[in-house]
Amino acid sequence: MKILVPVKRVIDYNVKVRIKTDQTDVDLTNTKMAMNPFCEIAVEEAVRLKEKGVATEIVAVSIGPKACQEQIRNAMALGADRGIHVECDGFPESLQVAKILAKLVEQEQPGLVLVGKQSIDSDNNQTAQMLSALAKIPQGTFASAVDVEGDKVKVTREIDGGLQTLKLTLPAVISTELRLNEPRYAKLPDIMKAKRKPLAVMTTEELGVDIAPRVNTLKVTPPPSRSAGVKVESVAELVAKLRDEAKVIS
Amino acid sequence: MSILIYAEHDNAQLKAETHKLVTAASEIGGEVHVLVAGAGCAAVASQASAISGVSKVIVADNSVYAHQLAENIAELVLSLAGGYTHILAAATTTGKNFMPRVAALLDVVQLSDVIGIESADTFIRPIYAGNAIATVQSSDKVKVLTVRATSFDAAPEGNSAAVEAIDSVFENTQVTFEGDEMVKSDRPELTAANIIISGGRGMQDGEHFAMLERIADKLGAAVGASRAAVDAGFVPNDMQVGQTGKIVAPELYIAVGISGAIQHLAGMKDSKVIVAINKDPEAPIFQVADYGLEADLFAALPELESALG
Ligand SMILES: Cc1cc2nc3c(=O)[nH]c(=O)nc-3n(C[C@H](O)[C@H](O)[C@H](O)COP(=O)(O)OP(=O)(O)OC[C@H]3O[C@@H](n4cnc5c(N)ncnc54)[C@H](O)[C@@H]3O)c2cc1C
Ligand SMILES: Nc1ncnc2c1ncn2[C@@H]1O[C@H](COP(=O)(O)O)[C@@H](O)[C@H]1O
Repeated sequence: MKILVPVKRVIDYNVKVRIKTDQTDVDLTNTKMAMNPFCEIAVEEAVRLKEKGVATEIVAVSIGPKACQEQIRNAMALGADRGIHVECDGFPESLQVAKILAKLVEQEQPGLVLVGKQSIDSDNNQTAQMLSALAKIPQGTFASAVDVEGDKVKVTREIDGGLQTLKLTLPAVISTELRLNEPRYAKLPDIMKAKRKPLAVMTTEELGVDIAPRVNTLKVTPPPSRSAGVKVESVAELVAKLRDEAKVIS
Repeated sequence: MSILIYAEHDNAQLKAETHKLVTAASEIGGEVHVLVAGAGCAAVASQASAISGVSKVIVADNSVYAHQLAENIAELVLSLAGGYTHILAAATTTGKNFMPRVAALLDVVQLSDVIGIESADTFIRPIYAGNAIATVQSSDKVKVLTVRATSFDAAPEGNSAAVEAIDSVFENTQVTFEGDEMVKSDRPELTAANIIISGGRGMQDGEHFAMLERIADKLGAAVGASRAAVDAGFVPNDMQVGQTGKIVAPELYIAVGISGAIQHLAGMKDSKVIVAINKDPEAPIFQVADYGLEADLFAALPELESALG
């Protein structure tokens, strides 16, 4: 079985974003970039499925500017066999990404598509669900466990209130939750080997997907700031403040 | 303009998110309909019809909707979409699960986690874990939104809107429900609680969460957790507060043994009053806390419990 893993280039999760002074956008110049953490979990799961003999080939896909090839190479260092870079200016909206991925699903015919649950930049949490709808294959979102059983996959999902288990007919789309696994680090020899793995580049025109944005960002502003309050010396003082000053307990 | 709201419920009880979405819808303006999809959910439909501002409740009561599987719900919503300018669902795991499918099948974008309504086509939403707030305008014919309920007040009750049953059945055979493990608790739900006390890695193990639970019971509070506490298996996933967990905004949030990573702050920094109990004076949580207590939690929590009487 082939597994397709879309990996997105995003701001490193440790970095706090800056906002441009003209409030048109966030400022990413000279910002440390990385693979979206949920995509790392997706790559790891694909590699584990290959190690178990369930998967035979892992294809990493990234959509966006040339620099996204870094994240594809990173996925290859972790165990992806080949890469596809769909090159375009900037990052398309989730709907467009899903349309591009749907074309690639048609071309590649994977048994599974392992997608991150959410990009930590747009915080959209949409692509997997949209891809599932467009490619007409079932979805298992927010997965904390994945078991392939013949032509089906059992997915444990983290939902409000607890856990839910679904059985999906393959091919299927799965989006990864934090608890699915703990991603490994790439080893130096694997990073070297990744440089020689095949990486195909294509354009959105070739795939026939219009990526003109539907959403116009009018402004981007900092959130209302919250300043540090006071330090209290004791539990008694804390309780008194909460009762008498903040009046949030009785 | 007419707006369709997808009701948040568990077949027995309508959730407060729905009342809050009605307020969001009233800020957009136009007629508001509520869709209740489930199995044995008649009571939910009548609860929805009581919300002021709702002019019609549509009920799709069928066993195929019992677990609100995304494939089936999306087709149901799509079958009704024709008459609406806006479709809203709460940004819960249910809304996040099916709504992007509705958007994709309508060929429109989805605006996720909307926290403010500027006009019928312009909305406010957080990005980058809430470290930036974007004002976005959508040119799509239908606006598909998931709404962060904590950003809106609940619409009052005192109505009795017409309830209309529909019998359309959409059943995708590529997916089957196998089972669930729901967390049972007598405490309020995190997203509805006025007071939340959360524990982090500093709690050391799951058993120590009993100290938070005893305090929660005195305060009528819900108990939450950081990702580190959930990953370590101290408590169930359902309790994770943060960018990728639950977003909460209670009157009082007490963070115990939580460092205050940006991903955690993203989920709780809109709380009215924040208390931090941490033994590390440099912990970033103190930068957002109204009241910071620098202390060992194992000494502070029993004291807090007895101080609350
Ligand atoms: C993609 C992604 C998504 C994430 N999403 C979330 C999310 O939704 N929610 C979330 O919470 N995190 C999330 N995280 C994780 C986040 O980055 C932090 O790792 C996490 O919040 C840390 O949890 P913590 O504060 O409990 O643990 P730590 O950072 O280890 O902090 C423990 C704290 O406990 C204090 N402490 C220890 N012992 C005691 C004691 N005896 N008494 C008093 N204080 C004590 C320490 O001083 C320390 O400050 C995410 C990370 C990523 C990469
Ligand atoms: N530009 C992109 N290139 C590759 N994968 C993407 C891209 N955008 C989104 N994805 C995938 O979709 C997931 C969720 O993104 P989103 O729906 O935008 O929050 C990510 O974790 C990726 O797996």
